[in-house]
Amino acid sequence: MLRPEPAVGVSVPKHEGHDKVTGRALYVDDLRMAGMLHGRTVRSSVPRGIIRRIEFDPAFDWGGVVIAGHQDIPGENVVVHVLEDQPLLAAHEIRHADEAILLVAHADAERAEAARHAVRVEVEPLEPVLTIEDALSARVKLWGEDNVFKEIRIACGDVEAGFGAADVVVEGVYHCGHQEQLYIENNGMIAERTAEGGIVVRGSLQCPYFVHHALVRMLGLPPEKVRVIQTVTGGGFGGKEDYPSVIGGHAALLAWKSGRPVKVVYDRLEDIAATTKRHPARIRVRTGLKRDGTLIATEVDVVMDGGAYVTLSPVVLSRGAIHAAGPYRCPNVSIRARCVATNTPPSGAFRGFGVPQTQYAMESHLNRVAAELGLDPLALRRRNAYVVGDVTPTGQTLRESVGAQEVLERTAERAGWAEKRRRYARENAAAARAERAGRFAPGGRRLRRGIGLAFAWHGAGFTGSGEVRLNSLAALELAPGGRPRVLVANVEIGQGAITVFTQLVGERLGVPPPLVLVETPDTGLVPNSGPTVASRTTMVVGGLLEQCARGMRERLELFVERPLRGGPDFQRVARRFLARRGPLRVERRYQKPPGVEWSDETYRGDAYACFSYAAIAVEVEVDLDTGEVRVLRATTAQDVGRAIHPVLVTGQIEGGTLQGLGYALLEEVRWKDGRVWNYQLTNYVIPTAVDAPPIEVVIVECPYSGGPFGAKGVGELPMDVPAGAVVEAVAHATGVRLDEIPVTPERLLRALARAAEAR
Amino acid sequence: MSPAVTLSFTVNGRRRRVRVPPMKRLLDVLREDCGLTGTKEGCGEGECGACTVLVNGLAVNSCLVPAVQAGGARILTVEGLARRSRLSVLQRTFIEGGGTQCGICTPGILVTAYALLRRTRGRVPREDEVRAALAGNLCRCTGYQKIVDAVRVAARRTGTRRPGGTRGRSRGKKGARR
Repeated sequence: MLRPEPAVGVSVPKHEGHDKVTGRALYVDDLRMAGMLHGRTVRSSVPRGIIRRIEFDPAFDWGGVVIAGHQDIPGENVVVHVLEDQPLLAAHEIRHADEAILLVAHADAERAEAARHAVRVEVEPLEPVLTIEDALSARVKLWGEDNVFKEIRIACGDVEAGFGAADVVVEGVYHCGHQEQLYIENNGMIAERTAEGGIVVRGSLQCPYFVHHALVRMLGLPPEKVRVIQTVTGGGFGGKEDYPSVIGGHAALLAWKSGRPVKVVYDRLEDIAATTKRHPARIRVRTGLKRDGTLIATEVDVVMDGGAYVTLSPVVLSRGAIHAAGPYRCPNVSIRARCVATNTPPSGAFRGFGVPQTQYAMESHLNRVAAELGLDPLALRRRNAYVVGDVTPTGQTLRESVGAQEVLERTAERAGWAEKRRRYARENAAAARAERAGRFAPGGRRLRRGIGLAFAWHGAGFTGSGEVRLNSLAALELAPGGRPRVLVANVEIGQGAITVFTQLVGERLGVPPPLVLVETPDTGLVPNSGPTVASRTTMVVGGLLEQCARGMRERLELFVERPLRGGPDFQRVARRFLARRGPLRVERRYQKPPGVEWSDETYRGDAYACFSYAAIAVEVEVDLDTGEVRVLRATTAQDVGRAIHPVLVTGQIEGGTLQGLGYALLEEVRWKDGRVWNYQLTNYVIPTAVDAPPIEVVIVECPYSGGPFGAKGVGELPMDVPAGAVVEAVAHATGVRLDEIPVTPERLLRALARAAEAR
Repeated sequence: MSPAVTLSFTVNGRRRRVRVPPMKRLLDVLREDCGLTGTKEGCGEGECGACTVLVNGLAVNSCLVPAVQAGGARILTVEGLARRSRLSVLQRTFIEGGGTQCGICTPGILVTAYALLRRTRGRVPREDEVRAALAGNLCRCTGYQKIVDAVRVAARRTGTRRPGGTRGRSRGKKGARR
């Protein structure tokens, strides 16, 4: 028998790579339709107020302009996420700056833009709530009596007794602000009314069925009359999880009213100003330890700013809270997490989904603890990091696939942790001595170097019973020529999802991955296999596809009464099957893994089917006079279960690492009167190729028995680790430990000055 | 907007005549009037480089160039890197090495890299050289490592031949066609 080439573990060419390097890949803004109008959005300039009047400039030529307001919405004026509090268009009350009030469209994009400016909305301003502190004070009430959208408590053991028994108790408060996803392709959608009285919406998105669900409600149509199709998507990072329901609804409303196709594509300014961002957070951590560094009590208090509407905040909060105590064994834990309402644009999904905030805080805190105890940060983590059999704060026993200790060791080894930790300290001390003696380095620059470490975990798939509720369905069918075709609603957004699908299916069918077709994510053609979020695509949906492929192989081998023998044979047999037996379609629905139990009421049980683990060592050079921090190198080991495609998985890790470094050092959303002040790429700065350090990735494979070929989720994990390591590296270089990110030159210089005064 | 003017230039070796307002962005002229949507808009203010094209051999942000400035110019866009269905070495190393993820920055990055490799023809540019050349092209997916590696691998494979070129074609012939 011919032994087919293995497909899993091999870096096959990216499925859609050819189209992307030739410019043939069509993104939403590349599409044009006959009679198409361009839609624009009239937005609020204040963060809170009551709409009194809408005026249309009588001097403007309104010919050919389509105008749609909340009265025109055929269904309900609501964007369904977790709750139903967000309107598609503000009807009466404004709850955040740049909230959509009215839509205009014209065949000429410039006329549409001019029409937008010819609308004047008179708003009676109300006092806004713009910070976590203001929200908690509840002086102005936006939501209930306390402005708290959601509160979660997780506890195990007796935390007060733990603190009582501790030799050392350390407490700190950590702050992190908004972060913009900054996919390079802005949000965009095209909607078109069909002759049958339905609507088709195409665009840049992560979750076709989320948009579908939202449109059914807005338009009051039966589900079969609404069709949502993904176009090639230029990055998402969570930013195209919930917002496409809003912009898709806007395009659909304009198309519904005008009867013509309508394209709504944001420019960068509108995208930054109006769409979702990472939740800002204030996190208090208190830990009790034995003198040797053994953790015996952890108390974490998390407050996140959810913005003006609930959107996805309860789920972001939940994930952040479950991970808040870090991947550390600790008998006594108490976690309290709240998400508050403010008058900023709704915070939403961004790679990591609440975890980067809590892991940044916990890791910064543990680095401070190590300094206070005089322990090596690596040794402190080794002592407490999870091993198989440990129990998490929700009472989940980690039964398998715990690469925690291994990622620590591999990171330290590859980065030369111990040697560099000593060497940089020695060199920094020598430089300081020389400068005191009046001897400066060439150029007079006072440079210091440091290395910092951080560690994190990330649960793959939806939290708690989320996957059970999603009830995902995936399918595999035989296309007419006898090639297998994948039918799922999960989308390629750069991560390589569809390439991985072709590998998993190809491996099980014994055919080369390029033979496997992948259907366009189109709700009219593919089953609902859930959203492309939560590091679930390879592990959960890939797992379902792998089962589909087993099923298909079984059917075909029973049909020919012999084993299949690779690509050409597969196609021959498949064609014969189609001719004699008719269509073949194999479906698999998500089944809860045995032994996984979760209670939403008590927040006890298995929060995730399994966790992935990552450690990172970041080396920096700090200029003491300018406060600039240059990252010299990042070294990270990540436990991914099994690398289905080594190039793609390291690509995920490198990209996530750089987003994490941007979060730690550069990216700061600044606000003025409740509006984003730096809504341009000129002043919202993300890392360039020059800012980016060489990133060295070590893949650790501790297989998870429930994932396809042992794979587990990795999409978000790399974003969770860098921030804590950067803060520690800066502290190692300068002796100054910041409790707020990003570590901008301004913030660092102020801290250095304060430290100098204190001496 | 001011009345339209007629402009001619070559794009990817092909002569084009368009009638457009003189201040229309070259980006929009390429996308709308020439139907070449491979060139992308990411920010509209010259920060992201997604709209990079070569104008007379120089990499520019086409969102900042008024059409009138392109009159008579030789323009190269991503669509001009492959010879019919045959990918250039640079395009192939991007696919093999993970240099493209979501792909929206890829056209601009490939064009910038092509210009770099033409400047450094005959040697492999150092890693910091590649990073400096790409500093005007933002990518949010890759962390840049695989892009930098793909550019250097392409330089190594092409040697002294044209960097964007496909194997087995003479330099002179292709150069003349551009």
